[in-house]
Amino acid sequence: MGDLINLTIKELREMLKKKEISSVELTRYYLKRMSLIDNEIKAYVRPTEEIALEMAKEADEKITRGEEAPLLGIPLGIKDILCTKGIETTCASNILKGFIPPYDATVMKKLKEAGYVHLGKLNMDEFAMGSSTENSAFQTTRNPWDTARIPGGSSGGSAAAVASGLCVASLGTDTGGSIRQPAGLCGVIGMKPTYGRVSRYGLIAFASSLDQIGPFSRTVSDCATMLNVIAGYDPMDSTSIPEPVPDYHSFLGKDLKGVRIGIPAEYAIEGIEDDVRKNYEESLKVLEEQGAALVDISLPHTPHAVATYYIICTAEASSNLARYDGVKYGLREEGKDIIDMYKNTRNKGFGPEVKRRIILGTYVLSSGYYDAYYRKAGKVRTLIRRDFDAAFASCDLIVTPVSPTTAFKTGERIEDPLTMYLSDIFTIPANLAGLPAVSIPGGFDSRGLPTGLHIIGKALDEGPILRAAHVFESVMKFRTVPERLTN
Amino acid sequence: MKITKETVEYVAHLARLQLGPEEIDAYTGQIDKILEYMESLNSLDTDGVEPTSHPVPVACVMREDAVKPSFTADESVGNAPARIDTFFKVPPIIEQEE
Repeated sequence: MGDLINLTIKELREMLKKKEISSVELTRYYLKRMSLIDNEIKAYVRPTEEIALEMAKEADEKITRGEEAPLLGIPLGIKDILCTKGIETTCASNILKGFIPPYDATVMKKLKEAGYVHLGKLNMDEFAMGSSTENSAFQTTRNPWDTARIPGGSSGGSAAAVASGLCVASLGTDTGGSIRQPAGLCGVIGMKPTYGRVSRYGLIAFASSLDQIGPFSRTVSDCATMLNVIAGYDPMDSTSIPEPVPDYHSFLGKDLKGVRIGIPAEYAIEGIEDDVRKNYEESLKVLEEQGAALVDISLPHTPHAVATYYIICTAEASSNLARYDGVKYGLREEGKDIIDMYKNTRNKGFGPEVKRRIILGTYVLSSGYYDAYYRKAGKVRTLIRRDFDAAFASCDLIVTPVSPTTAFKTGERIEDPLTMYLSDIFTIPANLAGLPAVSIPGGFDSRGLPTGLHIIGKALDEGPILRAAHVFESVMKFRTVPERLTN
Repeated sequence: MKITKETVEYVAHLARLQLGPEEIDAYTGQIDKILEYMESLNSLDTDGVEPTSHPVPVACVMREDAVKPSFTADESVGNAPARIDTFFKVPPIIEQEE
């Protein structure tokens, strides 16, 4: 049974169809792994064994009836930021404790239609604010490659669960790198699709002009399978793109002849670790050997991306999080009048990073500072978008490292928010420009910690990104689950 | 200093956050550092550049004016921490005049 974690969704679906395994057996296999391993990793905030077994049983009945669906009987984990009808959804925040959504997010509806099995909700930084999953109100998730280190964030639970073999695949969200950075630090695949490619309906908002839902998986094939299910226009999300969705599997299994890969000069920053740089340079060589042409490009406004991002995301967050007022859902702390009740509720319900960002966001939007910060950041965002437009005139994909360092130690940066923010330098620009990007395993450092390879594409070019990712994966075949967790 | 303790306290009040003295101290130092970093944007000439508020062009989306099922009143207030029947219960908002 130990081999099950090495199988793709397509392979598992074949086994399920041929009755070589049942969904209940597959689900029990993952539930058992969760009971053995997750005490140490702490990826799940809310494992839901009964629901999982019920959904698996239903899937088995459908399989017996000859029904087909891309995820029929496949056990997945879900970031606790996506509304799941009837299942508590908290964003890892005390303020939403006990919130039971009366509806499913569009992606959850799509996963259900595709036949998935719900193993549980996965840990995250509170309201997706953070790069280490240390900001969860409930628990600190550990990096499966070294449990003294962080798994990245904010989708740290989603990344760690996939890298520990605690689900076949998972969903996360990415506002400034929250899928790609933890995927990179945990050595798995994580894709942030084009802004608007996947509906945000039912995704609890952090920064609405940046947030995007995407999959985590151990193979590029599974990333394509998941994206096939969740992508597409949704009338419930007015920013959703009304374009048809291609079959992402049709991009896999091709070489890289004729593909121009841009190497941005500005990403050779100080503070990038030697092993990260070395693995990145070797990865470029591999891509070239597989037929790609490497092209030098310039993204001149990159050094301003982090400042721009933290103005925009905190501004949007301060506005989005105004809804937590102790009236409609979640926590309420009584007070002497309504203002006092709001303050007591929000003071007790929000953790330190969320409060810090609400204050920053309120400040940059406040009268007298709006033009200097928020409007200025919007203008620089335009310059960053134009950088990409100009670069994509001479290349098809852009390849960079995912993070300047491998996973850092738990507690190391929690008191220094600015340093924590700067670790998102390579992932933030794609969010500002709304572009799709993937993190794939790119090797290991001398301590055995994974480094990620980051591939950015033009808007709606998830297919070409997956094509390159698949070529690289086929050549390198990096391990995605630490050996000690495979038995 | 880009920001003072008093400003942090005032902005926290605007955001309906009640901070303790230690929190105000810590946030003032951290936010000051972050704002200073953010001011690096001032080195860029952005005259005549239109700000981006959305990465993809957003048009006004229309839908069919069709009747569809919606949440019941009971479902809508189902998560409220305090309710009376199908109403949200809140503390008094307007003081009663004596």
